[in-house]
Amino acid sequence: MRLENTGIAGTLESSDVMVTVSPNPSSGIDIQIDSAVSAQYGDEMRETVQAVMREFDITDAVVQLQDKGALDCVIRARCETAACRALGVGFNWKGEK
Amino acid sequence: MMERKPSLKRTSLYVSGTSPVNMIQAGFYNEDCMVFDMEDSVPLAEKDAARLLIYHMIRDHRPAGKYIIIRVNGIYSEYIDEDLEAAVRAKPDAIRIPKVEYANEVKMIDEKITAIEKEAGIEEGSIELWCNIESYLGVLNAYEIASASPRVVALALGAEDFTASMKAQRTKGGQEIFYARNAVLMACRKAGVEAVDAVFSDINDLEGLKADTTLTKNLGFDGKTVVHPRQIDVVNSFFTPSAKEIKYAQRVLEAVEEGKRLKKGAVTLDGGMIDKPMELRAYTTLAQARAAGINV
Repeated sequence: MRLENTGIAGTLESSDVMVTVSPNPSSGIDIQIDSAVSAQYGDEMRETVQAVMREFDITDAVVQLQDKGALDCVIRARCETAACRALGVGFNWKGEK
Repeated sequence: MMERKPSLKRTSLYVSGTSPVNMIQAGFYNEDCMVFDMEDSVPLAEKDAARLLIYHMIRDHRPAGKYIIIRVNGIYSEYIDEDLEAAVRAKPDAIRIPKVEYANEVKMIDEKITAIEKEAGIEEGSIELWCNIESYLGVLNAYEIASASPRVVALALGAEDFTASMKAQRTKGGQEIFYARNAVLMACRKAGVEAVDAVFSDINDLEGLKADTTLTKNLGFDGKTVVHPRQIDVVNSFFTPSAKEIKYAQRVLEAVEEGKRLKKGAVTLDGGMIDKPMELRAYTTLAQARAAGINV
């Protein structure tokens, strides 16, 4: 699925992450990470972003993370919120067990 | 009916659903209950984000040793159904419902929770309910609300909205909520659920908090809602049981154990029958003593 709109979620406060999910003029998921710990946790952050994009069936997007030391569960929550906002849909709770 | 485990409810600290750092920090304070808030502390444009943040924080980063509560938005708000979908699936200990005024509202929420529990494969009835009593109608119907569902384990008085509903002025002395405090307490005692007192709003007035909590404790409340970490230790200190209370609780539990051993249907102590709420209160008293560092 290609995006038509941009979705933003999160803040620049400590322990949070601001996630921007926007249309990608090229193809694929382009992940851009700005984080003090990207050397240590960049791969995990990318995995989380990819998992959320798969969850939403988004195939082409630019995903920017401005990370302030967020836990993985916060990154996931912010990515899901940004994805919902970009797609203009509510979260599918029925899929959560 | 599901067997409820007793748990300490001396202090319940609100944590906004907007702030990861507040959620993480709150796990390190001494409050018994953490209330992840989807309601008043969350701007309308952030309700979707708060739901997902609370859900993932509780599922993946649940603080150990805390009783976890989620306060959802109002029963008649446009957010309630999605809030419940997220809240139930997060599997907190309890969901806190704001501004409950009638028993049928509790039944309606209970049915919605049950449906989600079934769908998500969660044990039915496992999630408890706290009902916020925040209006004169809630106070008048407190007993019916407290006994509307076996899920209800506590009523919590909300003084600000209550005084607004009464056209009263909120004061530090609290004369305007004295009747409401007693009415809610009596309803809780009759229904066998716990009573949680209102917030003391001035976070910089610790002497005022002590005076207010003295009344909270003397009236008979089981705990108090707090809005700032600095209030936690002050309030907890008021709920340290006396040696006499500890001894009585131990005698109650000894009598219950003896009754079980002898396969007695009814157990008595000092000529009076011990019922389930008495047994739960005895567990709570001993838990309060242990939390205060008393060896029991």
